Amino acid sequence: MEPIIQTERLSHIYSAGTPFEHGALVDVDFTAYRGEYLGIIGHTGSGKSTLIQHLNGLLKPTSGKVLFEGKDIWESKERTRQIRFQVGLVFQYPEYQLFEETVYKDIAFGPGNMGLDPEEIDRRVRQAAGFVGLKEETLQKSPFELSGGQKRRVAIAGVIAMEPSVLILDEPTAGLDPVGVESILSNIHDYHVAKNATIIIVSHSMEEMARTVDRIVVVNDGKIPFSGAPREVFAHGDELERMGLGVPAMTRVFHRLRAMGVDIDPSVYTIQQARDAILAAMARKEGTV
Amino acid sequence: MALKDITLGQYFPGKTIIHRLDPRTKLIGTVAYIVALFLAANVVTYAILLVLLAALIAISKVGVKSILRGMRPIFIIILITAILNLFFTPGKGEPLVSWWVFTIYVEGIRAAVFMILRIMMLITCTFLLTYTTSPIMLTDGLEKLLSPLKAIRVPIHELAMMMSIALRFIPTLIEETDKIMSAQKARGADFDTGNLIQKAKALVPLLVPLFISAFRRADELAVAMECRCYHGGSGRTRLRQLKMKGMDIVALLLSLAMCVGIGVLAHYGW
Repeated sequence: MEPIIQTERLSHIYSAGTPFEHGALVDVDFTAYRGEYLGIIGHTGSGKSTLIQHLNGLLKPTSGKVLFEGKDIWESKERTRQIRFQVGLVFQYPEYQLFEETVYKDIAFGPGNMGLDPEEIDRRVRQAAGFVGLKEETLQKSPFELSGGQKRRVAIAGVIAMEPSVLILDEPTAGLDPVGVESILSNIHDYHVAKNATIIIVSHSMEEMARTVDRIVVVNDGKIPFSGAPREVFAHGDELERMGLGVPAMTRVFHRLRAMGVDIDPSVYTIQQARDAILAAMARKEGTV
Repeated sequence: MALKDITLGQYFPGKTIIHRLDPRTKLIGTVAYIVALFLAANVVTYAILLVLLAALIAISKVGVKSILRGMRPIFIIILITAILNLFFTPGKGEPLVSWWVFTIYVEGIRAAVFMILRIMMLITCTFLLTYTTSPIMLTDGLEKLLSPLKAIRVPIHELAMMMSIALRFIPTLIEETDKIMSAQKARGADFDTGNLIQKAKALVPLLVPLFISAFRRADELAVAMECRCYHGGSGRTRLRQLKMKGMDIVALLLSLAMCVGIGVLAHYGW
């Protein structure tokens, strides 16, 4: 697979040269491949937010490099600005960044900054609104009269409207009800499929991660201890536990079953896999009887 | 530069005797020092006050560096004051230098040096107060000191409460500003380039969300306070009781002695 964003020995130190100095990232080598659905998981304060803010040039590395399509994003001022449109970043609780009079204008803010012509902006706004399931009549409303969940959709649409080839979302489902969580995740998936965009989701919910992503990158203490397919990552159950992350409840149950002496495959994290594993274990048991 | 780096009367926690003094003592002491500073009029008195200040800085373990850093914004004011004093102080004797409209007398140099010292010492002593006293303690102390004004219906408790809430929310608002700025930059907002009007316009996407969140926070705080039955200052007891200790009495007596001493000495000597 072709890498789209890479970091090379990326380090970031906050408040360098003052008594409040602390390192948030230490020599991080991170890669995201074109078209992949990637999850970044880490504890609060692990450095995951710092990492993603480097990927679109909001933070400048203290040392090390950030490459987009193989070229340094800090090469020139113009390039850094262009990268912000290529790598869309949706912050945590993005609904607090809305400011325009109407939903339409707010979604159009990003594309407007790109200097596109009005027809193209109009097309993008309507398409982005479609991706997140906003109705036509909502576009003319004030963003401030919408519900929390609707506001979040508007904010996500505001980034999608720039049609970034990489879409990064920091805890996009935080504080939503289960129906809202499902619907936002499926909206993001739709965008991923429609534009073959690389999606990077930051979360600390293993369950949510396990169901949606192809690959998980674990961030802890400003480093990346391991990464891989969910199955591989969840095999590090004990280490994850020590980082205060833990594996999905379902995986934990299967690990316990195995520890109790049941001959069963513990690397499951979906209902489907769990069913298969239980059926396989039962079949084996019947065979031995 | 990140907004977080701005220091606003920052408090450096510590355990020195100065940190442990009652905030009222420190407030009165600071005022006494400023009074003494304005009474001072000759080399001896300035020297005494300078040594005193140096000793206080040493005891409080506040770095000289952080004091100098705080002094930077008012450097220009000090400079202009010094220059004005230097050239426009009339003297009795012969002028030292005389060129075009500029004349410098010995008195001018003296006045300029004293003025620089006075401003710098004034600022340093207030820094010493805010560096060693947490904002909460400071407002508590202020409230206590001003409480006699309640008799003439000045809402002291309410003012103190407003002040502590404002102080409490400064870091929160700075953090919030930083966050919204990043979010808008991620959508291609540009806060740095353009002329004055463009820059002012660029602030709209920052200010609107900031105001909305400030109002939301204010609303939430008001509800939370009412849920805990807050109804103003009448009959309210405090969590932290301010208590004057032996060292506070000593410090206050020393402050008084300083004022009187400087006042007397100012009339003698050069």
